[in-house]
This record gives sequence, structure tokens and C-alpha cells, in this order.
Amino acid sequence: MQRRKLAESIIYCLLFLCGSLSIFVTTGIVIALGIEALGFFEHVSLWEFLFDTEWTPLFSIKRFGIAPLVAGTLLTSAIALIIALPLGLLVAVYLGEFASEPLRRVLRPILELLAGIPTIVYGYFALLFVTPLLQTLFPELPGFNALSPGLVMGFMILPMVASLSEDALYSVPQGLKEAAYAMGCTRLQMVFKVLIPSALGGITAAFILAMSRAVGETMIVAIAAGQQPNLTLDPTSPVETMTAYIVQISLGDTPHGTLEYRTIFAVGLMLFLITLLLNSVSFMIRNRYRNA
Amino acid sequence: MSAEPAFQIKTDMNTSFRAADNAEPTAAVEPKIKVENLNFFYGNHQALYNISLNLLPQRVTALIGPSGCGKSTFLRTLNRMNDIIPGVRLNGEIRIDGNDIYAPNTDVVTLRKEVGMVFQKSNPFPKTIFENIAFGPRVYGLKDRTKLEEIVEKSLVRADLWKEVKDRLHTSALDLSGGQQQRLCIARALAVDPEILLMDEPASALDPRSTAKIEDLIGELRSHYTIVIVTHNMQQAARVSDYTAFFYEGSLVEFGDTREIFTKPRERQTEDYITGRFG
Repeated sequence: MQRRKLAESIIYCLLFLCGSLSIFVTTGIVIALGIEALGFFEHVSLWEFLFDTEWTPLFSIKRFGIAPLVAGTLLTSAIALIIALPLGLLVAVYLGEFASEPLRRVLRPILELLAGIPTIVYGYFALLFVTPLLQTLFPELPGFNALSPGLVMGFMILPMVASLSEDALYSVPQGLKEAAYAMGCTRLQMVFKVLIPSALGGITAAFILAMSRAVGETMIVAIAAGQQPNLTLDPTSPVETMTAYIVQISLGDTPHGTLEYRTIFAVGLMLFLITLLLNSVSFMIRNRYRNA
Repeated sequence: MSAEPAFQIKTDMNTSFRAADNAEPTAAVEPKIKVENLNFFYGNHQALYNISLNLLPQRVTALIGPSGCGKSTFLRTLNRMNDIIPGVRLNGEIRIDGNDIYAPNTDVVTLRKEVGMVFQKSNPFPKTIFENIAFGPRVYGLKDRTKLEEIVEKSLVRADLWKEVKDRLHTSALDLSGGQQQRLCIARALAVDPEILLMDEPASALDPRSTAKIEDLIGELRSHYTIVIVTHNMQQAARVSDYTAFFYEGSLVEFGDTREIFTKPRERQTEDYITGRFG
């Protein structure tokens, strides 16, 4: 009896530790980011960081405006989302409503395979295959540009959009679909007038998670986008994203503890805040619709 | 748009209520639905065996029988709702107004406009009350706002819900009570002006008061529609229906005048079921 109680409490403690681990890690990351970022903001004003239009921490005339990096991130993410969101949703609708069971059994694992490819492979695929392909269409396109990694990134997050949207569509009660059919809907009408509107909460949440994934994606943009901070929304120009900048500094010979070194924590903090915001919005949307 | 007259709701509701009672349902009345030798299969499992029966217009027919006896399956063959389930097949014939609804050239969409359906679990769309009712007419291409408003009001009046919701038409249908939601679903089915109304245990999830409302409503709708209702509730079948069909293990055991079925059934199985000896 006593032994069983002891075993119970040991298991309980172990499980509690596992559960709290993720919270500790997150808190640790925030603290580490925060301390180093504070060191950065002792030298650079928040105003300059947010509103200067140039990012040149490695040049002799140093400017610390994060806008070009944010613009690069938004540009590549937007291109990726233009591909991933509509295609992902259509794939989900197809898999959930139109594909026959045998076909579905083949397609799903293939789609998941797409999600399992290391992003560095996608990066070189963008640089060495997609960019030359695009150049045959647009000969003016530079070797490094936002378009190619953006497109490839779109295909990388497509499986995630598809699988999350499919979950959302699947959670629509069968009764609603039957009601739509009984009202004389064709399958397409059922999908667009009832199924998708009813699953909108889950689909929106999936879209926002995909956004957050695109914003945080590193390898593809570091390899194929050009690592040149440009404040532009022109998809054909080379850009640098926040993540790619962090990679650039981490790989270089920037001495530990210098201001240049600390920039990556300021950028990292910014990235963290953006993805945190997106994830929270996604969480809120999902909760709101679940209660409706 | 040529389909427009189809959206006009019959307005003689008060005058003709129960007027059809005078016309004795003899062989002179042409059946609305004629079912002949219907067999139905889910994959290899046969769910219906050789069903033949005629359903008369402006009458309520109740389908009764223990769970799994095939009554819901039968109901769903009448608007081809079973089509959406993979691996089903059927043989035999179902004719509505003389047209074979399983003929290759039958348009399922047109069929379902003629044959409305109300489900066991109320299933309003997560939209406003107005949008729920306007859904069907919109699917059939009606865009005129005034006409839609007219239809929404008439359908809600007919489903006896108008008084309760007329000031909140543009609020979510999901905020209605269970009984109101079910009447909303009836109104939604009526909005495309069907001739036949299929009801699959429409009151089984409702409290007695809401159930009574639904039953009254069936009585009122009877004079305009051919109603087929599946129910587990014997008293309900006795109260609302003119004819009763008793299904057992996929076969139609007995079909006839409700009063006769409940007072002097011909078959032993029917009597046992009605008196609660099994099922």
C-alpha cells in the first residue's frame, strides 16, 4: 500500500517535471534574449531600431533600422502564403471531400513527406533549380531574389496548411453537410457555402500558424534570398530576412559581446514577438470558434 | 429567371387546413410516391428487402420499427440522401409523381428541391436565422432581396417560429433553443417550397413541450405536403400520422391506416412491437 503510494507520487513528479520543462525552456529563451537585447538597446535607441530605414551594423557607418529585415521577412512570407494558403485549403478540401479512399491513402503520406524534407534541401532547390527556371521566364531576375525562396517556402508550408485545414473541415458536423445536400446543394456548393464557412475558425487559425511558420523560416531564405537588407517590396530584388540575418552573424567572425553580436538578440526578440503575436491570435480565434 | 414561380409559397394555409380530410383516400387518389420491390445494400449488407408501398399526397405516413430496422434508410432513399455514402446500391423502383427518381437522367438537385428533409438532430448552419432560411432559395439562384425577405417570413410563419424570432432575424441561429432550432430547420426545408417533407425522428431530441409544438406543426403542414416521418415514439406515430408502416429487420411487415395498425394489427410482430413486447 505504502509502496504503491510512493510509486504514484514519483510518477506524478516525473510527469510534472516533463510538463514544466517546456515552460522553463521558453522562459529561459525569453530571459536570454531579453538580457542581450537590453545590452543592445543601451547603445541604440528603440526609435532608431524601429524607424531607421537602413540596416548596416557591419559597415563602418552603422545604422540599426530593422525595417529592411522586417520588409524582407514580410515579402518572402507573403509570397509563400499566396502559394500555401489557397493551395493548402484546396488540397484539404480535395482530400476530405473528393478523393476516393485509396487515393487518399496514397496522397496523404506523400504530402507529409513534403513536410519532412530538410529545409536546407529546399534552400538549394530554390537557389539552384527554381531561380534558373524563373530566369528563363524573366531574364532580368538576379540570382538572389525574394521570389524564388518565397515560392519554395510556400510549397514547404503547404502540407501544414493542408493538414490543419483538413482537421478543421473534418470537425464540421456531418449533420451540416447532410443539411446542405438535402437543400439541393451540389458538392461544390456544399463545400463553398457550408463546409468552409463553418470551418472558418479552424482554417483561419491554420492560416495564422502558417504565417508564423513562414516568418520564422530560416534556411531557404538564408540560402536563396541574397542576404542584402533592402527596404523594398519588389519580389525580384535580393532581400534579407530577420532569420537570415541571424544566421549570417552567427556564422561570421563577429566577436562575442560586441554591439554587432548583440544585434542578433534584438532581431531575435523582434522575431519572437511577431511569432508570439501570430500564435496568440491563432489560439484566440480557435477558442472563439470552438465556443460558438 | 424561369424558375421563379417555384418560390411562391402556397398561401391558402388557413382555409384548407384539414380540408383534405373530406376526400377519402381511396384508389382514386393518385399516390405521390410509389415504391416497388425496393432492395437496398450497404456494401454487402442488405438493409432493405423488397419494399413496396404507396404514399398518398397530403397525408402523414409514420415509419416505425426497432432501431436498425431500415426505416431511416428507407426514408433516405426517397430524396437520395444515401447517395453521399460510398458503396451503397439499390434496385427496384421509386416513382414520385410518376417519375423514376433513380433513372439516370434524374437531377438529384431538382429532386431534393421537391423532397425536403428534416433531421433528428437539429442542424442549423452557423449563420443568422435569415441566412439559414434564405439558403435554399439562394442555392436555386434567387437573388432578389425583397423576394428572399418574403420567403423567409412565410417560411417562418409556416413553421410557427415567426413570432418568436421576427425581431432577431439577423442574429445567429445557434442562439435559439433546441426546439426553436428544429422548427428553424423545418422552415429552412419549407423555404424552397417542397411537395414532400421527410422527417427523421424530428422530435426525439426535444423536451415534451417542444415535441408538442412540432407535432402540432406537422398537423398544420399536412394539408400542403406529403409527409413521411420516422419515429420511435408510438404515441407520436398514433397522434400525427394517417398511415403507419412497420419495418422489421429490413422488411415492411405491415402498412395501413394508423388507427387500424394500432387497434387491430394484422401481424403478430406489429402487435408485439406496438404493445412494447420487444424493440
